[in-house]
Amino acid sequence: MAVKELEKERTPQPAGFGALGWARWFWRTLTSMKTALILLFLFALASVPGSLVPQRGVEPDKVARLFQDNPTLAEWYDRFQLFDVFTSVWFAAIYLLLFTSLIGCVLPRTATYLRELRRRPPAAPRNLSRLPHHAALAADLTVEEAARRLRARRFRVDTGDGWVAAEKGYLRETGNLLFHVSLLGLLVAVGIGSLFGYRGNVLVVEGDGFANTVANYDRFIPGREVSAESLEPFSFELKDFKATYQVQGDKRGQELDYSAYLRVNDAPTAPARDYELKVNEPLEIDGTQTYLIGHGYAPVFKVTDGQGQVAFEGPVPCLIEHKPTLTSGCVVKAPDARPSQLGFLLRFLPTSVPLTDGTYASAFPGELQPEVQVLGAFTGDFGVRSGRPQSVYELAPPDLMKKLKPLVMGTSVPKPLAVGKSLDLPGGAGKLEFTGVKEWITLQIAYDPGRLPALIFAGLATVSIALSLMIRRRRVWVRIGDGGTAEVGGLTRTEGSAAGFAEEFDDIVQVLTAGDRDDR
Amino acid sequence: MTADRLAEVSDLFVVAAVLLYLFSMVGFALELAFGRARSDVAARRAKVPVTVGAAGDGEAAGGAPPAAQEGVEPPSWAPKAGVAALVLGWLGWAANLAAIVTRGLAVDRWPWGNMYEFVVAICFAAVTAFLVTQVRQNVRFLGAFVMITATLGLGFAVKVLYTAAGPVVPALNSYWVAIHVTAAILSSGLFVLAGVAGILYLVRGDGLSRLPSRADLERVAHRAIVLSFPVWTFAVIAGALWADKAWGRYWGWDPKEIWAFITWVAYAAYLHARVTAGWRGRAATIVQLIAFGCLLFNLVGVNIFISGLHSYADVN
Repeated sequence: MAVKELEKERTPQPAGFGALGWARWFWRTLTSMKTALILLFLFALASVPGSLVPQRGVEPDKVARLFQDNPTLAEWYDRFQLFDVFTSVWFAAIYLLLFTSLIGCVLPRTATYLRELRRRPPAAPRNLSRLPHHAALAADLTVEEAARRLRARRFRVDTGDGWVAAEKGYLRETGNLLFHVSLLGLLVAVGIGSLFGYRGNVLVVEGDGFANTVANYDRFIPGREVSAESLEPFSFELKDFKATYQVQGDKRGQELDYSAYLRVNDAPTAPARDYELKVNEPLEIDGTQTYLIGHGYAPVFKVTDGQGQVAFEGPVPCLIEHKPTLTSGCVVKAPDARPSQLGFLLRFLPTSVPLTDGTYASAFPGELQPEVQVLGAFTGDFGVRSGRPQSVYELAPPDLMKKLKPLVMGTSVPKPLAVGKSLDLPGGAGKLEFTGVKEWITLQIAYDPGRLPALIFAGLATVSIALSLMIRRRRVWVRIGDGGTAEVGGLTRTEGSAAGFAEEFDDIVQVLTAGDRDDR
Repeated sequence: MTADRLAEVSDLFVVAAVLLYLFSMVGFALELAFGRARSDVAARRAKVPVTVGAAGDGEAAGGAPPAAQEGVEPPSWAPKAGVAALVLGWLGWAANLAAIVTRGLAVDRWPWGNMYEFVVAICFAAVTAFLVTQVRQNVRFLGAFVMITATLGLGFAVKVLYTAAGPVVPALNSYWVAIHVTAAILSSGLFVLAGVAGILYLVRGDGLSRLPSRADLERVAHRAIVLSFPVWTFAVIAGALWADKAWGRYWGWDPKEIWAFITWVAYAAYLHARVTAGWRGRAATIVQLIAFGCLLFNLVGVNIFISGLHSYADVN
């Protein structure tokens, strides 16, 4: 410190703190327990909107819908980053302040703790009977013997002229400090994961494959430091998918189990191997995990246009409309159809049953009587070549939808098509043929280098919080009087554990009186 | 016995548990109402040196203060009502346990796969926590309140959450159910005990009252939370491990995860408040109850009102 600064400190300064003073005041306030408490509350409170407002990272479709239905509200939400609560500036501000406060609290405590570790237990107070726990011993005891017996109980012991001081339970503070450090470690691990990790989703139909490159994902969320080349170069093919359902009882139709049978190449040159992918059993390839998230149906169609040419052929993944029966909605578009483009709105019924009112519904999610209902067939411009982004689950954008010409709709809707059956469009416009059923699966593929560190720190946090809460710090003193009398006193430095210590104190008195002969 | 029969037996056991808890509550309430009124003396007494002989004695922990107690001598049957209530409580506990075991046998999996089973198990955990504490030290003063909570909890489960015995979705078919959900149940049960003590703490004034002393209530609540906080921490982490296996990320801010996290932070705040000057006692108890509110919201609110990956509550 410069001389000038020293002088400054000595001279009284009635007006204000000065910059250093303010900094010190700020640091003291930030690291005080009260501030930490308030920050903890804010931290909890700030997480609440994350559960009430849809989050972009979790439910992007719901966010998009809110923007459509209520643009003003959505804009305001967005202004306050309420769609990205956990990556928002204000959330980061709270946890960074909290963790700074934590560091500011843990550092000095660690220093104190290290000093305490080297220090001997404090000398015995003059009057032991004033301590919360106290007993007179009717035993002939020397200082050395008392010290030995306390040491045997794993106390740290110091002796003096006619007294013994003992202390135990240092692990409490070890646990406390370690716990807070592991929370810091956990934060760092999560940070590493979000910088260097990525995750993505992809839908794969039976018979199709997937190679792990950015372009193949339906949705890809990379961390800031992830490059396209760093993706693990594995690939696989979906050979088969099988699901089983409850057949009887109240829970009829509930999924019991499902598996995707993959043929996996760990690397382009590696030999292929079979893997049965299930929920709770991800495929791991060198740190990259592939998870089975969902499944549904992809009926196979063949569209023949008015000129007799095949305009479309292949499986069409359907969106699930009703989960318990897997009733699904699909869209088939044939932009190559001539003389004009064709499009179909369809409903897939895995187990089709006729209802009394003449309509059809699915009664079971399994593929027992698969049929396809044609809800509408259209011709016109579907906007596929407009260059605008298109949804495969939507026939056409709303503005174009109005201009389409319906060929089959409403009352003219025919009976559902079974596999192998086809629908001829009126006026020789073409034909839709339902040729078979495949299933699709959705996968989440994730790479997170922070996983293992996060697990280690989380485990450490659990162990250390248990140490810190269960162990009590306690001190015991023995004073040896003249003529075979001795006094023992004890206290626990941990609030609220006096009752538990009473029992231990009784044991200590017992051991000091009778020795530990029983133990040997 | 067939699975259907076992499921029916389980339902009967739940009803039996509700009734036994109810009778037990009446017994405890009678003891409280006609037993001795307590002043808030335990706090003062704790500072007086305790002689070695008395320290291990259960009475020191919460029984009626000896002698020097004015007022009418309580009827001699009052403590007997308490003992009877305790016996009924244990019987109810056994019925509750039997209900869980038979349900587990009926569905051939861990019997906490939906909200109904989960709440029944939490009531069991809360009563267990109370009865086990009672074995070690006298906390009979809490009996009536724990029993009414368990009765209401079971009643709520039967009336609102009831789900017929059956299989669960494939995501729940994992050994993690045994680890994650069991830890959540254990810690929730202890938190319920702490919550009951916390509410009584606020209801009770400082003076003479039939309710247990504030120091006793505060001690029970603190001990319960100190035990359950690490278990809750473990439950959340086990949940993260499971999520890592099932959903492709260990933490994804799913509503249930958010509220488990909020609950965790709130209980952490309670533990900090307890060692902060000016926050001890009343303020800390309020913090504890806020945390308890978060726990309950996570249990009931999130499953019913907010959709998320955890919403397999099977509540219609």
